[in-house]
Amino acid sequence: MSDISIPLVTEEEVAHESGHAVEAPVREPLVTGNKTVHDVSEDIAGRVEQKPTITWMLAMAVSLALLLAGAYAVAITVWEGIGVWGLNKTVGWAWDITNFVWWVGIGHAGTLISAVLLLFRQRWRMSINRASEAMTIFAVICAAMFPVLHMGRPWLGFYWALPLPNTFGSLWVNFNSPLLWDVFAISTYFSVSLVFWYIGLIPDFATIRDRAKNKVSRAIYGALSFGWTGGAKTWSHYETVSLVLAGLATPLVLSVHTIVSFDFATSVIPGWHTTIFPPYFVAGAIFSGFAMVLTLLLVTRKVYKLEDYITIQHIELMNIVIIVTGSIVGIAYITEFFIAWYSGVEAEQYAFINRATGPYWWAYWSMMTCNVISPQLFWFKKIRTNIAATFIISIIVNIGMWFERFVIIVTSLHRDFLPSSWAMFYPTVYDMGVYLFTFGLFFTAFFLFAKFFPVINMAEVKSIIKATGEKSAKPTK
Amino acid sequence: MKQNKTYWKGLEQLENTAEFQERANKEFPDYLPLNGGDTGEPSRRDFLKMMGFGVAAVSLAACEAPVRKAIPYVNKPLDVDPGIPNYYASTYAMGNDVVSVVVKTREGRPIKIEGNELSVTSKGGTTTQVESSVLSLYDSERLQNPQISGEDTDWATLDEKIKSELTASSGKITIVSYSNCSPSTARSVQALADMYGEVSHIQYDPVSMSGLLDAYGEATGNRSFPMHHFGKEGTIVSFGADFLGSWPNHAAINKEFTDSRKLGPDKKDMSRLYTFESNLSLTGSNADYRQPIKPSQSGLYVANLYNLIAQKAGVPTIGAARLEDTAMLKKAANDLWRSRGKSLVVSGSNDKNVQLLVIAINDLLQSFGSTIDLSKSINSRKGSDTEFAQLVSDVKAGQVGTVIFYNCNPAYDHPLGAQLISSLGKVKTTISTSDRMDETTSSVKYVAPDHHYLESWNDFEPVTGHLTLSQPTIRNIFNTRQAQESFLRWSGVEVSYYEFIKQAWAKLSEGDATGFLDKCLHDGVFNLNTNKESETTAEEFTLSVDAVQVVGNLKAYATNAEGLELALYTNYSVGDGVQGNNPWLQEMPDPITKACWDNYFTVSPKMARENDWFVKDGDMDYKEATLTVNGQTVTAPVVPQPGQAYGTIGLALGYGRTKSGKVGDGVGVNAYPLISASSTGLSYDAKDVSFELTGEVRKVAQTQTSQTYAGRETVIQETTLSEYQEDPQAGRSFPKISLANGEKVKPYAVSLWQGHEYPNHHWGMIVDLNSCTGCGTCTVACQTENNIPVVGKDEVLNRREMHWIRIDRYYSSRDESEITEKDLDSNIVSKEEIAADNPEVTFQPMMCQQCNNAPCETVCPVAATTHSSEGLNQMTYNRCIGTRYCANNCPYKVRRFNWFKYHDNAKFDKNTAMNNDLGKMVLNPDVTVRARGVMEKCTFCVQRIQTGKLEAKKEGRRPQDGEIQTACAKSCPTDALIFGDMKDPESRISKTLKLKYKDKSVEATEDRAYHVLEELRVMPNIWYLTKVRNKDKNDKIEA
Repeated sequence: MSDISIPLVTEEEVAHESGHAVEAPVREPLVTGNKTVHDVSEDIAGRVEQKPTITWMLAMAVSLALLLAGAYAVAITVWEGIGVWGLNKTVGWAWDITNFVWWVGIGHAGTLISAVLLLFRQRWRMSINRASEAMTIFAVICAAMFPVLHMGRPWLGFYWALPLPNTFGSLWVNFNSPLLWDVFAISTYFSVSLVFWYIGLIPDFATIRDRAKNKVSRAIYGALSFGWTGGAKTWSHYETVSLVLAGLATPLVLSVHTIVSFDFATSVIPGWHTTIFPPYFVAGAIFSGFAMVLTLLLVTRKVYKLEDYITIQHIELMNIVIIVTGSIVGIAYITEFFIAWYSGVEAEQYAFINRATGPYWWAYWSMMTCNVISPQLFWFKKIRTNIAATFIISIIVNIGMWFERFVIIVTSLHRDFLPSSWAMFYPTVYDMGVYLFTFGLFFTAFFLFAKFFPVINMAEVKSIIKATGEKSAKPTK
Repeated sequence: MKQNKTYWKGLEQLENTAEFQERANKEFPDYLPLNGGDTGEPSRRDFLKMMGFGVAAVSLAACEAPVRKAIPYVNKPLDVDPGIPNYYASTYAMGNDVVSVVVKTREGRPIKIEGNELSVTSKGGTTTQVESSVLSLYDSERLQNPQISGEDTDWATLDEKIKSELTASSGKITIVSYSNCSPSTARSVQALADMYGEVSHIQYDPVSMSGLLDAYGEATGNRSFPMHHFGKEGTIVSFGADFLGSWPNHAAINKEFTDSRKLGPDKKDMSRLYTFESNLSLTGSNADYRQPIKPSQSGLYVANLYNLIAQKAGVPTIGAARLEDTAMLKKAANDLWRSRGKSLVVSGSNDKNVQLLVIAINDLLQSFGSTIDLSKSINSRKGSDTEFAQLVSDVKAGQVGTVIFYNCNPAYDHPLGAQLISSLGKVKTTISTSDRMDETTSSVKYVAPDHHYLESWNDFEPVTGHLTLSQPTIRNIFNTRQAQESFLRWSGVEVSYYEFIKQAWAKLSEGDATGFLDKCLHDGVFNLNTNKESETTAEEFTLSVDAVQVVGNLKAYATNAEGLELALYTNYSVGDGVQGNNPWLQEMPDPITKACWDNYFTVSPKMARENDWFVKDGDMDYKEATLTVNGQTVTAPVVPQPGQAYGTIGLALGYGRTKSGKVGDGVGVNAYPLISASSTGLSYDAKDVSFELTGEVRKVAQTQTSQTYAGRETVIQETTLSEYQEDPQAGRSFPKISLANGEKVKPYAVSLWQGHEYPNHHWGMIVDLNSCTGCGTCTVACQTENNIPVVGKDEVLNRREMHWIRIDRYYSSRDESEITEKDLDSNIVSKEEIAADNPEVTFQPMMCQQCNNAPCETVCPVAATTHSSEGLNQMTYNRCIGTRYCANNCPYKVRRFNWFKYHDNAKFDKNTAMNNDLGKMVLNPDVTVRARGVMEKCTFCVQRIQTGKLEAKKEGRRPQDGEIQTACAKSCPTDALIFGDMKDPESRISKTLKLKYKDKSVEATEDRAYHVLEELRVMPNIWYLTKVRNKDKNDKIEA
């Protein structure tokens, strides 16, 4: 590898020209089933070209119903005021910010898979990065709903929180506020992820364009593919841009949730005011993001019959990431307790004992069970290579991660310094409705994506089948 | 050279045919359809015209701005300047309470009531009810016209009919009212008597003090309520007398009481208060020693105390049954005797015999002439239980021809009221002057609605020799007429009541009558014989109490009564219920239970544990029960109340109004019918009540549910007097933080940042925990001043009340050894959260601490909350987008969010100050009504600071200390809140705290001063002074 600037090309070229796998022969192939380049196009682009299936229509109908029902809750919230939620004078944030952090966390896996694993040359990411990036983008959109909806005056807040020149005199945003940092962090993350995802889609759009049998889809996919020609120079640019964007996106994986954690860490509230939050939040985000990717891909894989592309190996590797991050999160929970004791800060000690034994004990122990205990099951190879078990645990992990944010936000706020203000938080149907709305939005977007966009990066997968897709196939020549 | 050329416009012109000429003379050709052509249909032009007109009309109509009825004065009144308030001295008089006040008016609208500091009787203090009364003025449910049999009429018709009925009437004329202390009112009643012969004026009090009055009547021959003084540094013993919470003139009593308990470098002694009571009252919660007793024992406690004192005094003891547990009583007796001459014993009993014994004890203690002034009486309690009972039997017997209910409501607030109303058919003429169609008025024929006191002229003599005037601060809003004016009209006296008063007052003046009256109106008060300090001693009165004989009448009291007992009390917010339709009062949390919008049974926690009356894991959930006594049954939630005597059930009067208006109706249950009426008088407690759970669980809206401060010493710092005398820093907690090298330092010792600079002023406040009695007047004063919305019961249950200043109430924790399994549920995390069964109580006023390192300021993304150059933490409502991050990050949880639009919103119609045009007149124009979705909080009354600074600037000087007062500090009857400029070394705050102003930081060197949550280093501008209880060292006396 003499030319480090475009290693992918070099590597693939080497692999291609030498005619044998760069993978060690002991490694499991990344794509199974003797796929040829044409098979890949058929399998992936074919889905886009076919008529929607009944399953897809049903799924779409359900998510649209969810979206509409949720939209009612959103409309009432905006019309009447957020008093329709269960918040109160003591607990100023609850489901809103819990959901926000949860969705942002989920949005982490996409970038990690596409950017960090790209830089680390983990080629197993190739068949899962497209869907996980899409998931990232939709999750970030869902997340972004909450900071806007949770405002008292969203009609002003959505632009007053931006540092825009204005006619209010010298009025500027408050750069000290972690909420403002959030605005920058989330918007940067969203833009970079979107561009990264779209750049990756261009060659595949071109493939679909070239295969299109009618003018409409040719025109649409033609437009979407930005006149991709597939020339060597174009590929070279493509790969370079991918690398540059991966370089840009990698720090974001760490920064976004770090900054989200600052919302809490920079405050004075016991249970929030914790320096451990940035790494703990990032680990938790990757943890929940991978779980969500698994949940979605296991379904997509089944429905779209993509077992050859998303193999047990992929699932196992992701499960390993889940054990690692889940354990980091578990250690963080224990460390918080230790530090609360060690600090000698009375309010801090109370906050943690209250979490575990107070009126919200059930939330705390749900979190501990789901996040700390359940991923440990993946130490057993049988479990981490079992699709059903993985699916169930992936959902449990995300339930746990939702509770983690609920525990951090609500149990810290509801009993802070002055006992006179201690209060409970009870959610209302509108709290739930707005959460359902984001589910509706997420799944509607994801199903549209799954139908109209190639769910697997064809261009990249094609680059590895020669190398790794022909374990027992006849030699190329 | 001139050529005549002819140019044609066309061949037609050249030819110039007749046809052409005909056409050329027409301006418009025929074929243009000018008038719709021949068909008569609308033409294109018609269409355009119509459309043009239509569009113009529609757009004009749409562009028209809504008409705002702001009309400038055609002739500006001399004293009214827009934007500049006027203040008028007047007198609050609602129900039977009378308080001298100063009314702030803006553009002719009264908007705020404050105490009149010139008043000797009320000492500048106000109460929650006084502060709230300005909203009652703008109550749209007041009667708007006189009525006859429920139909609106005019005054002339009403007067004519009443006069003819009164003339024709044969029976006695009876006026029923609450205690009246207005001399001119008495004279207007006399005018009626002059006209129609005998008029009897029956006075009663919703919470009767008839027993005390009768006792003094018997002991001194003068049936009156003598002035009691609580300001001596002696010993006070109260047997169920809630003098701080419900006695007449209690604002002044609060001031006297706390003045004697103020501590400082020069004053290290204070009075000591013992209470023996059934319910935990405001007085009991301020007591140094408190013993819960059953009402059925209260008489014996007084008798036993008499014996203890008699032994010391060397007079014969009386034959009272000895109580088993007299440790506390003995201690009290010792203290009383030691400080005799400065001691005072009071009782809240309505039993004449108990009160006679109290007089006897006070006599032995040489209280008369010292703590009890027989020469002056409190005239706002005169009611006689027997007279009222007589009236009811007279009415039943058909001996009364006319009943005039003068601003009273016996159908609601007297146990015999129901009987009286049901017999009203036997009375020929029934008249009421009530301001609303209340429970009583709805049963009478003629309604002559009275003015609100803010629309009235009147005079009062609440305390003998001390007069206070009432003047209108607004023209009557409705077609009402002052009741006294009605009496004068019906008596045929054609003088206005104003003239009537003037004539009377002119007699008081020595010389210039007009000037005298102007001065009295300006001051609001006038003291008779002010030069001569009354030096009446006991010798001038013959006190005759035959204790031996009296004790014989105490047979009803038993040393050890089995069975449940009821003890009724008045709540500190709605009080006797006269202002039941006032939402500010309804939402004012009770200082003890912290509940609002309801009344409930308070029971002892021990009893609740034994009988399973707790709702496990409940959050404002209480089991419902039915209580039956005297054949009356009420249903209410059961609230376990620390401090409640075992075996007793407390219930607040003043609730359960049915005809007060939309705010007050149906709130709680009416407890007045539970009062037992006997030949000797009314009894506010009852034995052997039956009490059963209904099986239902109900919610009681509370603003605070935690009971103790969970041992958090940086929140509440308290000590005892003996410890304080040894070490002024006793009870203080000094949090330390560790540096990297392990050194432990004060939290303020390290900083990355120097802090704000305050070039001019630096506002601060002292909260003296030892002076705060928890009355809650500041909460309502703040609500009035700052246009704080009322959110209603449901939203209080959602924990969203909006008060900017609250009084946190903390009980002392129970000994861990006494904690049982039943006390523990999921709400209890540490055992310190469980309150003692008979706790010590601490009240902590809590409002925005105006932190110098404010955690709220840094987190607002849009800089809506910022720091001012005068130390204020400012809130810019216009900029707020409502992320609530500031509220989350506030360690004191004092920020309040507008969850809904509380103004102009039918869902919040109980917020009457913001939801109807009349109610809105009470709003303070200097303070914004906040929009939905914005955060709000205490501003240190920045509008008052600005006004004060402007006034000073106009006069080219600096604001003087005390000139600028926040609404809470101004209203505080006990001076527990002291506001001022910390940069002014001569200010009261600087002197009291002994402030050291260094560069950018300020430090208090007063030993008792501390910051709540000092360890957080948010450096508030509010300093708390430690609570000091007057307890002996190593005191092991337990109830």
